Amino acid sequence: MRNPQLNAQGELQHLLTTEGLPREILTAILDTAEPFTEVAEREVKKLPLLRGKSVFNLFFENSTRTRTTFEIAAKRLSADVINLNINTSSATKGESLLDTVDNLAAMQADMFVVRHASSGAPHLIAEHLANTGKDHIRVINAGDGRHAHPTQGLLDMYTIRHYKRDFTGLTVAIVGDVLHSRVARSQIHALTTLGVPEIRVIAPKTLLPSCVERLGVRVCYDIHEGLRGVDVVMMLRLQNERMQGALLASPQEYFKSFGLTPERMALAKPDAIVMHPGPMNRGVEIDSAVADGPHAVILPQVTFGIAVRMAVMSMLGGAK
Amino acid sequence: MKIQIRNGRVVDPASGVDRVADIFIAKGHIVGIGNAPHGFETSGSLDASGCIVCPGLVDLSARLREPGYEYRATLESEMAAAAAGGITSLACPPDTDPPLDEPGLVEMLKHRARQPGFAHVYPVGALTLRLAGERLTEMAELAEAGCIAFGQANTAIVDTQVLARAMQYAATFGFPVWLQPQDPFLARMGVAHDGEVATRLGLAGIPVAAETIALATILQLARESGAQIHLTRISSASGLEMVAAARRSGIAATCDVAIHHLHLCDHDIAYFNPHARLDPPLRAQTDRDALRRGLADGTINALCSDHTPVDDDAKQVPFDEAEPGATGLELLLPLTLKWAAEMKLSLPQALARVTCDPAKILGIPAGSLKVGAPADVCVFDPQAFFKVSRETLKSQGKNTPFLGLELPGRVRATLIDGHLAYDGSWGE
Repeated sequence: MRNPQLNAQGELQHLLTTEGLPREILTAILDTAEPFTEVAEREVKKLPLLRGKSVFNLFFENSTRTRTTFEIAAKRLSADVINLNINTSSATKGESLLDTVDNLAAMQADMFVVRHASSGAPHLIAEHLANTGKDHIRVINAGDGRHAHPTQGLLDMYTIRHYKRDFTGLTVAIVGDVLHSRVARSQIHALTTLGVPEIRVIAPKTLLPSCVERLGVRVCYDIHEGLRGVDVVMMLRLQNERMQGALLASPQEYFKSFGLTPERMALAKPDAIVMHPGPMNRGVEIDSAVADGPHAVILPQVTFGIAVRMAVMSMLGGAK
Repeated sequence: MKIQIRNGRVVDPASGVDRVADIFIAKGHIVGIGNAPHGFETSGSLDASGCIVCPGLVDLSARLREPGYEYRATLESEMAAAAAGGITSLACPPDTDPPLDEPGLVEMLKHRARQPGFAHVYPVGALTLRLAGERLTEMAELAEAGCIAFGQANTAIVDTQVLARAMQYAATFGFPVWLQPQDPFLARMGVAHDGEVATRLGLAGIPVAAETIALATILQLARESGAQIHLTRISSASGLEMVAAARRSGIAATCDVAIHHLHLCDHDIAYFNPHARLDPPLRAQTDRDALRRGLADGTINALCSDHTPVDDDAKQVPFDEAEPGATGLELLLPLTLKWAAEMKLSLPQALARVTCDPAKILGIPAGSLKVGAPADVCVFDPQAFFKVSRETLKSQGKNTPFLGLELPGRVRATLIDGHLAYDGSWGE
């Protein structure tokens, strides 16, 4: 079975997940993003790479931040951007996902940026486009269920490379709700592919998926052990609803056991960086002193995120 | 009508017959094997040269979707599929709409199914009203209407006291109780086996413990109530081991496995293939291997199709929203043969699991070619391969993870009570 995000020549056709992508493609995306960071510094922040193309932001799950960054990225590439926020509750009553896709495809879409609460929804769309002879339309996964958020994973890789240059000597810790996190999965696959020798995940057992170590990570239940000597700390967002459903006892106890504090950051390497995909819960997963402190690269992540999304869009939009 | 099936290799696991012989059928029954009974005059004959002649298959689980889900399948479409699959007797689970919890519904189903060329239908009655797990059904009445056992299909009884009483009540009358072991709390929201694949794909998992915990409860209550238990769709190695241990300790529980779990594992979900969304979920490769061995050594008593036709609309959605289930009537025989070939089992050994063994669980006079038995016969060519495709499937459900696979075993003819129910391109 062919990797559904590559074409027969092995070129990137859709971006659905970081898993299974060759290192060359990941590196090419990061390399392509490099010059785009400068576009933001210019007075005219536009490139003509996607002029005349229509990018549909297809958000079946609410998100302002991610949708905005995709919108900015597409506009900087001179694409026409159409934003569709499709409330999932009305979607279940009315039109099916694939009917929506068919309709938008008929509007001469060139690219779908999809966010959906169900894992695999972008795969389904990509497969459907192929089955209906519409495989010129590209699909970018902007987050599906717990499965993947590849542009977030890639912008994190960009950030790491920006500060650390080389992946092959790094120790990286991922802290928090790995179980529900599509970001963590995309990070782990990208990190292993790019050659990071040690990836640690730090979380209580209730927030780790089964067999997570088979993804190539070391599990730590003790944050002190997990942070010792690390180069990169990647925080995950802890959603408030996790306090229900017997996953955690209280935000206070979580912070006490797994929160990132300046004292704990002192265990990491002196030049370690701290990342967070946002939005942050200060005082739950991260202390403000760390979030705003010298190790934090959280705002640069956002800036790089636009460049990385521009890179992905231009590579997909420019492909035949 | 007197029919002679000529020159086939007769394989009847129940009687141990395995030789090339003619079979003679009169008045819907088998009247002779090898030698024609005195005065037999053939009014029709089938040439079965190069083919296997075996008892019609007995399927322990086939959803016919009537009443209530006629948009998914009808008795007509699924009976045609059964005949094309060589199946002549089948049990249908009670999860229709409304569920089979009332004698009138069961009588109607039996009545509708009583047509020439239709497989014998054995309804499994609902153990609790509306399958809600709260109040008992009128089991004695339902049994009179034609139910051969009582169960809950895929819906667990959450309240253990209700489960205990349902088993006691059924045991009072000697009715078998069929239960699918899955703890509803551990399975909550889950859509795939809780393992590496689900973790990678970001799918909510159903741990093996959901099966073993439910099994522990059921087996313990079976011991205390004396109910005759049949466990449906065992999915894990640990679950199987518990059934074997229970049996060693004297609990007379039987169990079955579905064709999907015998051949596939969670890796077959691949890129979110909704056809691999099944209940119970496809488990790990080691589980599948244990199930394959368990069926071979008899720890698992029967293989069933777990036929569940689902319409395209309910499958062409993201994996976690897809309706579980797969079509299977026409794949039961081919997948039995495939399993037998891969496990190097003899044909009689393998066919026993889809003929006399499930018939014994149902307590019906089927699954054998003995003289005097009903003439439910399947004639198939074991060397003929075919590709599973939407076009070749007669079932209204085209949903199967086996689409595109080449499988052995084409049914050439199916006889039900001596009537030719299926004639598959004879002499092709």
